[in-house]
Amino acid sequence: MREIAFGQFYPGSSLLHKLDPRAKIIMLIAFIVLVFCTANYVSLAVVAASVLGIVLLSEVPLRMYFKSLKMIIVIVLITSALNLFYGTGEPIWQWGVLKITLSGINNAVFVSARIICLILISSVLTFTTSPNDLTDAIERLLKPLTVFHVKVHEIAMMMTIALRFVPLLLEETDKIMAAQKARGADMESGSLVQRIKALIPVLIPLFVSAFRRAYELAVAMECRCYQGGQGRTRMKILKLRKRDYLSCAVVIILIVGVVLCNVFLPQTVR
Amino acid sequence: MDFITAQNLVFRYIDEDEQVNTADVKNVLDDVSFTVKKGEFVALLGHNGSGKSTISKHLNAMLLPHSGKVYVNSIDTADEDEDFTVRRMVGLVLQNPDNQLVASVVEEDVAFGPENLGVEPQEIRVRVDNALKAVDMYEYRNQPPHKLSGGQKQRVAIAGIIAMEPSCVVLDEPTAMLDPKGREEVMSTIKKLNKEQGITVVLITHYMDEAVDADRVIVMDDGKVLTEGTPQQVFSQVELLKRHRLDVPQVTELCYKLKARGVDIDTLCLHSNECIEMLWEVLK
Repeated sequence: MREIAFGQFYPGSSLLHKLDPRAKIIMLIAFIVLVFCTANYVSLAVVAASVLGIVLLSEVPLRMYFKSLKMIIVIVLITSALNLFYGTGEPIWQWGVLKITLSGINNAVFVSARIICLILISSVLTFTTSPNDLTDAIERLLKPLTVFHVKVHEIAMMMTIALRFVPLLLEETDKIMAAQKARGADMESGSLVQRIKALIPVLIPLFVSAFRRAYELAVAMECRCYQGGQGRTRMKILKLRKRDYLSCAVVIILIVGVVLCNVFLPQTVR
Repeated sequence: MDFITAQNLVFRYIDEDEQVNTADVKNVLDDVSFTVKKGEFVALLGHNGSGKSTISKHLNAMLLPHSGKVYVNSIDTADEDEDFTVRRMVGLVLQNPDNQLVASVVEEDVAFGPENLGVEPQEIRVRVDNALKAVDMYEYRNQPPHKLSGGQKQRVAIAGIIAMEPSCVVLDEPTAMLDPKGREEVMSTIKKLNKEQGITVVLITHYMDEAVDADRVIVMDDGKVLTEGTPQQVFSQVELLKRHRLDVPQVTELCYKLKARGVDIDTLCLHSNECIEMLWEVLK
């Protein structure tokens, strides 16, 4: 139970760890768009190479990345298999209704490469940015939305509190499960339905205690003069530095490069 | 100078929607009056349900009395516009350290209070560092709270309050959920804050041993003030306390029993070293 690493932050001191979290989020979004813009093998290679470069730059052990890839390998296999058999044009290989065409192969390669790139690049963000920096950056990036009455501060506060209480609730779940087992609850045998039913005596106390905690936390926050986002200052000020601008510039060059590849070279996939 | 004045407090929990005969509802606080001087260390003793926790929430305007008044630095807590002025002056530390820490990094949690007050970022940094040093948790500033022990978490919670620079800290059974080591850590932190920084401390507890070092002890029973005075005065009333199912510190009880057996003791001791010396004198 305790194994679930929330946010999966891997502390370090690489360039990527030092970048401003806001810059990282924006670059991540740029990369996601970029990954879907790849239309031929040249641009795909460029994007894949830069993703790999970034992964190496993060100084996070590669096994961490393999771990996050392992979770989606099934999705990659299924989608590429579907794409493989749904291509159009001359079949290269045919067996009954199943046929493989050149466009099918291309689609399968692109889809799997794109998904893998997406997972890797988003893992880079979560590995190199502490959850707190992340919520902080999200709060500041969404700030303009307050014009449309979006409760940006409240959303960020909820994320902060959720991050704080996830490990606590996990620990509590462990305790409740142990307590229920000590009273003879059987959670490991029986059919799936039975096992799900056996979770109810765990979930109900968990919910009750979560509400109690929420109430106490609210009291504690009020005692510490919390009055919402109005008039609140922050201890940590995020400041964009030269390295942030430079890395954004690199990403922009990359985008231009990929667009040029798409325009001047024949497109392999639509 | 009286920093906190409570005059004839009456408080009861009633569900306002229900038509209840108010005579049936028991008062949690029943005509409670006391004062706390600036820089004083006051211990509020009592059983569970004696109303002592309810008092703590009256001191920083989290609860308002049904009748009677609480004045903090001459400000009436019933004045809604002054809620946050009162809360800035009187910090409240609660029993469960887990449920009062907001952020998942120690220093960010300590910064929460000053951030709410709108303090300048550089100033917050200074306050956070000082507060963490004052409770001896500076080297843990980048740790997540769930990796700390109970006593350490409670000290972080205290740091979070003193970073707001209150004149008074009210602690509502801060050691009730801690092991003996954590209790010791928290108690020495509280005493240090009172002695070195001159912060007024109101310690609410049901451990008699924690009240021994206070300047003054107020004993609550059943919503009323049973007795108050210096620890020496209060704990020498052994019969009164026993009658209300309250304990006295172990050493005091020992002295009391020895005296009852006819041993020649004139004062009832509060600290074990005092007691040892006195017994030595007697035995010589």
